[in-house]
Amino acid sequence: MDSLLFHAFIYLAAAVIAVPVAKRLGLGSVLGYLIAGILIGPHAFKLVGSSGGDVMHFAEFGVVMMLFLVGLELQPALLWRMRAQLLGLGGLQVFGTAALIALIGAAFGLGLRLPFAAGLILAMSSTAIVLSSLQERGQLKSPGGQAAFSVLLFQDIAVIPIFALLPLLAVAPLATPAAATAATAEAATAVAHSANAIAHLPGWAQTLATLAAVGAVVFAGRHLVNPLFRAIAKTGLRELFTAAALLLVIGVSLIMQLVGLSAALGTFVAGVVLANSEYRHELESDLEPFKGLLLGLFFITVGAGIDLALVAAQPGLIAALVVGLLVVKFAVLFALSRLFKLATPAGLLFAFALAQGGEFAFVLLSFVVDQNVLTSAQAAPLIATVALTMALTPLLFVINEKLVQPRFARPAAHARAADVIDPADQENPVIIAGFGRFGHIVGRLLRANGVGTTVLDLDADQIEIIRRLGIKVFYGDATRLDLLHAAGAARAKLIVIAIDDEAKAVELAETVQKHFPNLKIFARASGRVHAYQFQKRGVTTFYRETLASSLDLGVDVLRTLGFRAHQAHRAAQVFKQHDESAVRDLAQYWEDDARYFSEARRQIDAFDRMFANDAPGRRAFNDRGWEPIPSGDASRG
Amino acid sequence: MPTRVLVLFAHPALQKLRINVQLAAAARPVPGVTFHDLYENYPDFHIDVPREQELLRSHDVIVFQHPFYWYSCPALLKEWLDLVLEYGFAYGPGGTALHGKTLVSALTTGGPANAYARTGYNHFTMSELLAPFEQTALLCGMKWHGPFIVPGTVRLTDPAAIATHAADYAQFLTTLASK
Repeated sequence: MDSLLFHAFIYLAAAVIAVPVAKRLGLGSVLGYLIAGILIGPHAFKLVGSSGGDVMHFAEFGVVMMLFLVGLELQPALLWRMRAQLLGLGGLQVFGTAALIALIGAAFGLGLRLPFAAGLILAMSSTAIVLSSLQERGQLKSPGGQAAFSVLLFQDIAVIPIFALLPLLAVAPLATPAAATAATAEAATAVAHSANAIAHLPGWAQTLATLAAVGAVVFAGRHLVNPLFRAIAKTGLRELFTAAALLLVIGVSLIMQLVGLSAALGTFVAGVVLANSEYRHELESDLEPFKGLLLGLFFITVGAGIDLALVAAQPGLIAALVVGLLVVKFAVLFALSRLFKLATPAGLLFAFALAQGGEFAFVLLSFVVDQNVLTSAQAAPLIATVALTMALTPLLFVINEKLVQPRFARPAAHARAADVIDPADQENPVIIAGFGRFGHIVGRLLRANGVGTTVLDLDADQIEIIRRLGIKVFYGDATRLDLLHAAGAARAKLIVIAIDDEAKAVELAETVQKHFPNLKIFARASGRVHAYQFQKRGVTTFYRETLASSLDLGVDVLRTLGFRAHQAHRAAQVFKQHDESAVRDLAQYWEDDARYFSEARRQIDAFDRMFANDAPGRRAFNDRGWEPIPSGDASRG
Repeated sequence: MPTRVLVLFAHPALQKLRINVQLAAAARPVPGVTFHDLYENYPDFHIDVPREQELLRSHDVIVFQHPFYWYSCPALLKEWLDLVLEYGFAYGPGGTALHGKTLVSALTTGGPANAYARTGYNHFTMSELLAPFEQTALLCGMKWHGPFIVPGTVRLTDPAAIATHAADYAQFLTTLASK
């Protein structure tokens, strides 16, 4: 019963059962895999045994693939913009955490060196768990997610010098310079998990080889990959493409290992280089299932590797270490989020996400035991601690989402005081409430035509973007009467209501009608139902946000199908006119369900009849003047 | 250098009328002819003036092809005249871009040829009614070429007759292009 197929069956069955249950409970897939691992591991049902370590090495390739895929979605320019976060935030996180753990260790009388070594190891977070969880929740692109990603990337880079540094921290007699140098050479080997082909070279040659390897990856990504994939695409063999995608990732990993760089980092660079490739989406869809399966396998092996016996033997110590590690890392992370001016909710996501230990810690801990920096008795509880904090991470995400964020999200939005509106801006004839994708187009059109506008918006991030584009926007809730006064609503000619929140938009219209009867209202309506609400309150100047663009698209479709451009243009005009009046007419029936739908159907039928060539409704086109007059009646030129 | 002919075609509802479809189809393939469909290019009347002026510069003969609506051209061609033939481009000081070129009208009229006479119900002759176009050519320093006319389109339903007109038009354009 120890065959490959049997093991595959156990791993897959555990995943297929545990993951949907965990998802159903709102815990996310990562926790499902971890629990599956604990269950089939040597400490529970004992379905998988000693082979766990090998499987883990294999499964770690999932992390490599994940970083390649993340790289694919990251334009080089974006990465460049992240550089301050990457170096500043990442550097301070690693050394801040290590320093704090060292101080705590010193306070417990363990000296500085040993705790600092442990601190460097424990400062690493789990790229696999954090990125999977962020991706699953769609938070990777959020400010908190970006910051977390920057730190993870820095850790991937930092692990290489840390390997070199750790032997130097070894306790007294072993830390002779000669031993340290030898250890450094070995360190590179350990990073690569395989023989490092350049370890015997002098330092400058190693550097040169490393640069050459990275350069080769970048060059190949720029100039070789596209022609290669084009040739493969021509064969029309789908599986060949998959094979080529895997070959690419594995090849880059091997090159990186050859020069002693992290494979994950190397494939990330390759991914970024290929972010602009025309084959990006094919690469993504081909590698995605492999990545998912391997990562799942990786999480299962982490779960299986949790030494429940050790936990049971020293529950107090392990619990203290787990809580201590989470608290220390969280504190450092949250403090850094403040320092780097992340908003509180983003800072909390950032701190909760990265508070665990990472998979690097397993490698680093076995390395320091080999180097006699720590004894295996000291390392064992740390390994269990790291594994447990990793297992707890999905739970921390859930806690953050369900219990913490709801408390912070709202008050934070309102905690910021409204901006003071400049006196000059109080005389503008137009007020624009809401300057997102709708309002900003209106605003720019007015601005380009020399119309002064006073712009209010509630989205701090959006305001930041608009300000960087050189347009003045005031932070403030336009539904507040005092703010409308401050914006000069009493003297302005009209207000454009373009805010996202439908209920707030209607509320704002009511406030304006009540307090500024002379201020004309131009309202953005999200759709028909929203439009009816405006109509009911006597606001007939509403504009459904998708009407114009869907008609534009329809016109181009008609043209592509061979309609005359002017005919298609006029058909859209007729449609628009009809639909605008239909919406205004239907508004009165909205509350009466049966009546509403019978009226709506009548209007649709009437509209379709209008386009039939011989129908009397054809009159709506008003284009009979272009038709030939009836034959025999020659009364016109 | 061969003569380059620009046909400015203006018809708001080509889908409704056979004769104009045939005339347009006849004009397109004539060598040396650039066929420019105004309503297809500017369905919303937003005319790209620099582009149009460049087209005028690069051709020697300009043909206005359109139905003769209310003794004039369809609205878009009038808009085109108003915007493209700018002061300083087509006339006025420095407005010499069109000097020496030729202007031609190619028209379809609903009424028969004999309606365009003192004795007919249209009272005026075609030459008289086309005076605004002729004067436009003169002001721009262009030569005015006699028009090509397909009259009586109201009664023009015979496919063979339509085909003959189309062939005549193609020949007319070929002659212009080979001058």
